[in-house]
Amino acid sequence: MQILVNGEPVATDACTLAELCATLGFTQAKVATAVNGCFVASARRGLTPLAPKDEVEIVAPRQGG
Amino acid sequence: MFEIYGERFTSRLLLGTAQYPSPATLKEAVEASSAEIVTVSLRRESARMRAGQGFWELIEQLGVRVLPNTAGCHTAKEAVATAEMARELFDTPWVKLEVIANDDTLQPELFGLVEAASILVAQGFQVLPYTTEDLSAAERLASAGCRVLMPWASPIGSARGLINRDGLKTLRAYFPDTTLIIDAGIGAPSQAAEAMELGYDAVLVNTAVAKAGDPVKMAEAFARAIEAGRLGFEAGLIEPRDMASPSTPVAGTPFFKIDRVS
Repeated sequence: MQILVNGEPVATDACTLAELCATLGFTQAKVATAVNGCFVASARRGLTPLAPKDEVEIVAPRQGG
Repeated sequence: MFEIYGERFTSRLLLGTAQYPSPATLKEAVEASSAEIVTVSLRRESARMRAGQGFWELIEQLGVRVLPNTAGCHTAKEAVATAEMARELFDTPWVKLEVIANDDTLQPELFGLVEAASILVAQGFQVLPYTTEDLSAAERLASAGCRVLMPWASPIGSARGLINRDGLKTLRAYFPDTTLIIDAGIGAPSQAAEAMELGYDAVLVNTAVAKAGDPVKMAEAFARAIEAGRLGFEAGLIEPRDMASPSTPVAGTPFFKIDRVS
C-alpha cells in the first residue's frame, strides 16, 4: 500500500507503525512518531495499524531556538 | 537564582542550539555561556541521513537541561502533537510552546497559543509559552496554568532588541511573581542587559550568538551582560530625570558667588 512518511510517498507492506519503523531502521533510534496528525507513543506503535494513505511522521532531536 | 516550575537555576542565560557554524562551535559556545538550559527542536528524521541521532549525542555530552520547542507549528493541534512527541523524545514535561501566526513576523498566534497551553497543562506539561507583551494574553496563559511566560522583545532573529520597552516594563510590573523570560529578538549583549535591568528573570538568545563573528566569545559576552543587568536591577536603578543634577557637591565650590545661583 501507499502511505506518506514524513511527507514522501512510500510503498510498504508494514501492517503496524512498529513494523514500518523496523523496515526503516528506526527500531533502536531516538525517534518519536505521529499518524494522521496524532502522537503515537513508542509503546503503542505495535498496536497502531497502518492503512493506505496514512500520513506518518517520524521525528528526531534537532537544533532549535 | 530563578525558578522554572519549582526548579532553581543560577545562569539566567538560556541558549538556542540552531545555526552554529559547526557542532564543535555549538559545544564551545554552550560551555562559554555557562547556560544550564538549551533549547532544542524536533524535525523529520531521514532513514538515510539520521541527523538527529548525532545531534542528540552532542547534546547529551553537554550535560545541560533541554527545553524543547514547537517551532514552526501554526495551529494548536500541530503544537499539541509536537509537544507530545517532544515529551517522549526528550523525557521532559517542559515545552517552549510556539504557535506561529505568520512567517513574516513569526509572531505568536495568541488564540491558538492559549488553546494549546490549556490542553497541554491538562496533560501534565509544564508550559513555557512564547508570547507577546500583551497583558490579556498573559492573563489567559497564567489562568491556563502557565507559571512561566516567554514574551518576545522583537521578532525572532531580527536583532532589534526591546521594541516595546514600556510594554515589557508593564508586563513585569503586572506579573511580579511569574517567571518571565525574554524569548526573541535580542541582537546584542546590551539589549539583554536592558531586559535584565527591567527585572526580567532570564533571557533566551540564539541567532545573536550563533551568527556572531565569534560565537564562543559572544556567548561569554551575553553571559556577562546578563549578569551585569541582573546586578543592576537588584541594586536598584535611579529614576531618570529631565534636567541635570550635579554629582559633585556644590557646597564649597571655589570662586562660588551667591549671585550665580538662580
